[in-house]
Amino acid sequence: MSVLIFLIVFPLVISLLALVLPRGFHIRKTIGTAANVVLCAVPIYLLVANLDQGPSYFRLESGFVDILIFLLEVLIAGYLIYLSVRAKRYLPVVLVLIQMSMMIGFEFAYGHSIQVEHALFMDKFSIIMALIVGIIGSAICLYGFGYMPEYHEHHPEVKDRRNYFGFLMYLFLSAMFGIIFSNNLLWLFFFWEVTTLCSFLLIGYRDDKASQDSAFRALNMNLIGGVVFAFGIVYLFVTTQTMELDKLLLLDQGTVLLPAVCFAFAGLAKSAQFPFSSWLTGAMVAPTPVSALLHSSTMVKAGVYLILRVSPVMDNTVAAQMLTLIGGVSFLVTALIAISQSNAKKVLAYSTISNLGLIVACAGVNTPAAVWSALLLIIFHAVAKSLLFLCVGIIEYKLGSRDIEDMDFLIMRLPKLTAVMMIGMAGMFLAPFGMIISKFVTLKAFIDGNPAMAIILAYGSAATIFFWTKWMGKIISIRHGEAEVVEHTVSTWEWITLGILAVATVAVCLAFPFISIHVIDPYIMELFNTAPVIDMFNVLVVFAIMFSLLIILPLGLFYYAFINKHYKRVGTYLGGANVSNITFEGAMDSTQPIQLKNYYLEKYFGEERLFYVGVFVSLTLIFIMFGVAAI
Amino acid sequence: MGWFKRSPWVLHYNATSCNGCDIEVIVSLTPLYDLERFGIINTGNPKHADILAVTGSVNEKSRQVLLNLYEQMPNPKVVVAVGLCATSGCVFQDCYNVLGGVDKVLPVDVYVPGCAARPESIIDGILKACEILEEKYSQRKKTGYPAAKE
Amino acid sequence: MNTIHEIVLNWGIFERMLAFVLLAPLVGGLLAGIDRKVSARFQGRYGPPVLQPFYDAFKLFQKEKIIVNKFQDFNIVLFLLFTIFSGALFFAGADLLLTIFSLALAGTFFVLGGFCVGSPYSHLGAEREIIQQVAYEPMIILVAIGMYQVTGSFKVSVIAQYELPLILYLPGVFAGFLYILTIKFRKSPFDLSMSHHAHQEIVRGLTTEFSGSTLALIEIAHWYENVLLLGMVYLFFGFNPWLAVFVALATYLFEIFIDMNYARFKWQLTFGSSWLFTAVAGVSNIIVLSLMR
Ligand code: SF4
Repeated sequence: MSVLIFLIVFPLVISLLALVLPRGFHIRKTIGTAANVVLCAVPIYLLVANLDQGPSYFRLESGFVDILIFLLEVLIAGYLIYLSVRAKRYLPVVLVLIQMSMMIGFEFAYGHSIQVEHALFMDKFSIIMALIVGIIGSAICLYGFGYMPEYHEHHPEVKDRRNYFGFLMYLFLSAMFGIIFSNNLLWLFFFWEVTTLCSFLLIGYRDDKASQDSAFRALNMNLIGGVVFAFGIVYLFVTTQTMELDKLLLLDQGTVLLPAVCFAFAGLAKSAQFPFSSWLTGAMVAPTPVSALLHSSTMVKAGVYLILRVSPVMDNTVAAQMLTLIGGVSFLVTALIAISQSNAKKVLAYSTISNLGLIVACAGVNTPAAVWSALLLIIFHAVAKSLLFLCVGIIEYKLGSRDIEDMDFLIMRLPKLTAVMMIGMAGMFLAPFGMIISKFVTLKAFIDGNPAMAIILAYGSAATIFFWTKWMGKIISIRHGEAEVVEHTVSTWEWITLGILAVATVAVCLAFPFISIHVIDPYIMELFNTAPVIDMFNVLVVFAIMFSLLIILPLGLFYYAFINKHYKRVGTYLGGANVSNITFEGAMDSTQPIQLKNYYLEKYFGEERLFYVGVFVSLTLIFIMFGVAAI
Repeated sequence: MGWFKRSPWVLHYNATSCNGCDIEVIVSLTPLYDLERFGIINTGNPKHADILAVTGSVNEKSRQVLLNLYEQMPNPKVVVAVGLCATSGCVFQDCYNVLGGVDKVLPVDVYVPGCAARPESIIDGILKACEILEEKYSQRKKTGYPAAKE
Repeated sequence: MNTIHEIVLNWGIFERMLAFVLLAPLVGGLLAGIDRKVSARFQGRYGPPVLQPFYDAFKLFQKEKIIVNKFQDFNIVLFLLFTIFSGALFFAGADLLLTIFSLALAGTFFVLGGFCVGSPYSHLGAEREIIQQVAYEPMIILVAIGMYQVTGSFKVSVIAQYELPLILYLPGVFAGFLYILTIKFRKSPFDLSMSHHAHQEIVRGLTTEFSGSTLALIEIAHWYENVLLLGMVYLFFGFNPWLAVFVALATYLFEIFIDMNYARFKWQLTFGSSWLFTAVAGVSNIIVLSLMR
């Protein structure tokens, strides 16, 4: 238990240090590095120590902590109201007031009668999440050391609040650990609100009009989720006197369906599923480490975490089917919209929503195979996507643009970075790496449970191929002649992080049978008493492909770079009108350079065209979900 | 075995032809003459071609294009000058901007006469070119491939 | 034929893989030759010899290597390797879905090759190739789903041995598959990214910058792929091997017939009609099947 408390408290301490230690103080970086090593090591220790153990629950005498948490909650609410009033935005005020009056009323009416047996708990799923938060979170904080100075160099108009930034990042990590280890729903709710706050403040870091708009949009949507969450908690306690996550699962389905749906709703808002997806795409104005940490690998995962936790309650209900469909709609529609986007961060954001949608759909289906692949998706996606975000963050300042159309010949300008990016992208969509393994199992899980979803998946994966392949093609195209290499300006901190994440991406692919057998299967066994049987022959084949690629790729590149000499190099074919190899003779004797642009098919997959389709369909589905739960 | 003889791919370039010879080249692809029965394909891409069939005389503008195309064809390769213009410049040879036949710019291997050249003679010329292609290939094999150059 | 069938049944996994690797290019090349001959006859021409594709390939191997950049050929080698690998998996009786994913991987390498060279024609071809991939991908996955729904297994070996005629359960899926097969065979009206016939508006599309032996590798990969696809047609009629082989060949001829009768579509029409047809024929069939159970 002490380990869990340590994981929650330790980042908090670091965050306070980050706030008070003056900038330029050399020891900051040393402390940061040490803290990150600890944050990586402890979850790994947790995994190793609990490899063969089932879930464990911890009793905690917590009267004081409960009161502290309650007071902090009121404080946060007050702070949010203050900020909103100052910015003259009143919707958040209303939402906070509703939420607080609910919580305060609840506290005074029932506070004394709440009996919480186990406040903290830990099982394999929590450990997976802890590993993600610990390793990726700390890696991204390292990246921040290299990134933030450059950020302020490029944006002199932004007030330099680096201490505040570090404070929020570590505070967020602490809250994340809180979410995944809390069994007491009130605690869970508190940490939930802290992540909302962090996300809100970090999105608004730039403090200009656009970022304020996005920040408040994110706040509003997450607060709506929070209000419903609070309602769920109150309703749950009033009807069943339960305040614990594990007890919730043991109760009769009919009585707890409504709170479960409320929690799932909060999860949908947090993981930016339709109809809430717009906050995540808006959140891309935040500095890149924020996008990588909060908005792709951890905070949005908290949403699906909660959904996966409560989905067993909804098993085999219409509500679960609606949940599946909401996930499916989010998956398909955002994958299609991603085709039309040329802003790299937006593409990543849409692809994030899309993958989260798949996880939500798996949670809704709730068969052993579906949950199995949901967990794998969480892992693979967290690693590969944060890696991609960080790469884009670097490219943005090296090339002065985050537009994919400006990334021509990237492999000539930032060769190593491009290689890292290719690893990330391969992890996102290429067979047999990462995501595809889980998509494969997901598909099988869907066919048995819900063929409509299998069809959505078939179309959605096609769309996924589209936007990834064309981006990949863009960055690896090579032209004749020299291009300026700008790679040496990337800081060491950034390289370390990229290194860690790139290795992790490859490692989780190679280690997936291990992860499956030792970590995921036991969790599934607890839930369903059976684990999905993965065909060993298929695993072998997948491994054959992976290994052969891992061997062939470096060897082949080496061969073509240094050994193969039997060729003659000529220019590209330009209808015979080459002036040089990258220019051709145009009309009126002019010399034109070659320009290569990608298809975006905006007429078909434009944001404005598809976005509202997604919103309205999912709104309908949500109403049905609540309707059937309330009856 | 002479594979070049069985599968010569032709790139057709119109230097400044009056279109008479061009049409005859296309005609030889039609059912009546059916060039493809010899395995001949009319490609649009120098990188896939073995034979460069040029129609029309060469002028200042088409000179560079011809050179570019020829440069982008992989060895072994032959050039066929189709029609009188391509062989000598014909009636245009004294024009201020005309350089003359294709052989002013590229080493021509086969000359196909006629204004316009008849499809029969074009086919004949191309089959003749195939023989030269084979010869060039065996010569290249004897002398060895030149080393890589950038 | 029946004895051949029995012999094949008795082979182990590796023997089948080996057989595919060795025989498929022969069959594929021969089919390509027949294709050219039949096409010529449709147009009232005499046509090249049936062995012409082999002559072409041999010739291409004898040409000089010219390249635009050092790494372009590597993509094509990977494309060929993974195409062969997917085919070998299929004929070894492995998982159908895995085969499909592996084929998609091969296709991705092909597209990347087109992007890699940085040439306008190639780039456009690669872009169109992706659109084609997106157009046919859903239907191919639906084929696997449909077969799973009927036979209860994704294993090609199980599906091929299934007693009842699959085609009776999956007429819509088969129709949809025929539709996208035209894209996969690179036949008109869907030969957007590169065309086998007289070179059209984007010259030779994706393959513009590939010449000599690399071009031959692309052709050979294409032969492998065709055999694999005809194998998938076979599965629909697996209950009767004779009939299945016959239908597979008939399908091929049918695609040639379509090829001869259509001009090229725009990509919008290609893409839209494929997804629509997939939805109408494939999806409806899948839904009916799931309701039947
Ligand atoms: S040879 Fe005669 S037909 Fe041919 S291009 Fe010259 S003028 Fe025209």
